[in-house]
Amino acid sequence: MLKLENVHAAYGPVEVLKGINLEINPGEIVALLGANGAGKSTTLLTSAGVVATTGGQIWWEGKPLLRPSPDVVLRQGICLCPEGRHIFPRLTVKENLLSGSYLLPKSRDAAKLDRIFDFFPVLKERLQQLGGTLSGGEQQMLAIGRSLMSEPRLLMLDEPSLGLAPQIVQRIFSIIQTINKEGTPILLVEQNAREALRIAHRGYVIVTGEIVLTDTASSLLNSDEVRRAYLGEDE
Amino acid sequence: MLESFIKSLAGVPWLELLITGTVKGSMYALIALGYTMVYGILQMINFANGEIFMIGMFATVFGIALLSSLWGSFAAINLILGVVFAVILASAYGYGSERIAYRRLRNAHILAPLTSAIGLSIVLQQFISNVVGNQPFTFPNYYSDPFAWRVVTLVQGNPATGAGDVGISMLQVCILTTACLLMTALFYMIHCTRVGIAMRAVSQDRLMASLVGIPVNHVIAFTFIVGSSLAAVAGTLFSMYTTTLTWSAGTASGLKAFTAAIIGGIGNIPGAVLGGLLIGIIEDFTIAILGAQWRNVILFAILMLTLILRPRGLLGERVADKV
Repeated sequence: MLKLENVHAAYGPVEVLKGINLEINPGEIVALLGANGAGKSTTLLTSAGVVATTGGQIWWEGKPLLRPSPDVVLRQGICLCPEGRHIFPRLTVKENLLSGSYLLPKSRDAAKLDRIFDFFPVLKERLQQLGGTLSGGEQQMLAIGRSLMSEPRLLMLDEPSLGLAPQIVQRIFSIIQTINKEGTPILLVEQNAREALRIAHRGYVIVTGEIVLTDTASSLLNSDEVRRAYLGEDE
Repeated sequence: MLESFIKSLAGVPWLELLITGTVKGSMYALIALGYTMVYGILQMINFANGEIFMIGMFATVFGIALLSSLWGSFAAINLILGVVFAVILASAYGYGSERIAYRRLRNAHILAPLTSAIGLSIVLQQFISNVVGNQPFTFPNYYSDPFAWRVVTLVQGNPATGAGDVGISMLQVCILTTACLLMTALFYMIHCTRVGIAMRAVSQDRLMASLVGIPVNHVIAFTFIVGSSLAAVAGTLFSMYTTTLTWSAGTASGLKAFTAAIIGGIGNIPGAVLGGLLIGIIEDFTIAILGAQWRNVILFAILMLTLILRPRGLLGERVADKV
């Protein structure tokens, strides 16, 4: 579906992506792992049309992905749920959700909202509350819900577990898994490598802007290199 | 001097001033909404908004003149079409100014779009000045009689001469009704429609708005169009009310409306309305008590005082309503 081919990107003179090759197939959860500053988020931001490429090509369903601005990328079916949630603080929960379906027919809103409330019942109780007053976990649920409102054909999640209590992390990951089982492929960037690999089908390891390792999730979980570097285990 | 001042206070027709001030203030409020909406969404002062108001004035009068020469003076129809023409022209100016003068400067230093706005304002003003000349225009006088008709008499003065009567004229009713309708429509649009949600989303987090699929550039352009349309209608109403049109009217009223937006809390929609009404009322009371030459002294002193005592304006804290 999505294929990054030798993608380069830079912030000013600093090259952050040095030829990323990465592919996501229908039905998959793909984890992108790496240390802080390795280029994980930049990979997502580049695919979402926020950061420009300085080289290489991004393919989407066999054609070059058009990336003049993020809303154009979204219209082609790729949705990025960015790190830090970015809830609209002074919109209500309901308005935050509806903002996600701006260009889609209103008639489908109700069904989509019901599906999101099935995933996150707490959002239904908070509908008229301002987004900024929610807890961190609720904001993450709202952010994922808002992304789903845009009916993505590929969902890119950047650090959905960041700063959340372990229990909430478990819930969010199980819902990510459900969303995937219902048909949406997911590209998952996580610091929490163990949880990410537990639900992912495949994984990529990125080090200073280059993919250094790629394998099935279970192989990566058992790889000594990954265990040492990202799962915090001694030999 | 103090004695004469107190004496002059006693004779102040406060009810009449309250009415005329509210009417004038409602027109300032319409212009102020344009400043505050653009600020809310871009954190930028669109100084050209006052000139859009002036363009609205002239467009209405030219529209009416053109239609009258085409098919005769069907006063009501020509007036309505004149307003429609003014709104379309002002929207085009608003859209064009965003596209040409501001969009490329969106990520530049804050002074760049501000300076560009001042430049655009001077360009528009001098352009109209060169086109229409320095002579003030008057609004077609066949509109004065039907609108001068008094709808209610609140205070009966001398029954023989009518001196001292206080009432509300048809024109005042029309201005207040139009302003109320437009403001209600604006509140509804901002709070209850998709495009309103999109406008508020863009004002709160532009990148995220784009990531959820909101076409940010279109929403910003739409904000300019709405603000310009409100200014154009205010221009029509104002030229009917004062019956005189000058190319410099945009600067005078624009600055007052800008002051209104600041006093109410820039970026805040109800604040712009409150500020506009306050400015209108204070202006008329100042003219009656101290004389017209004092009005700008008082208005802008109040602006400074507000900024010192409440830097975010009267309703500035209620950021929830920011567009």
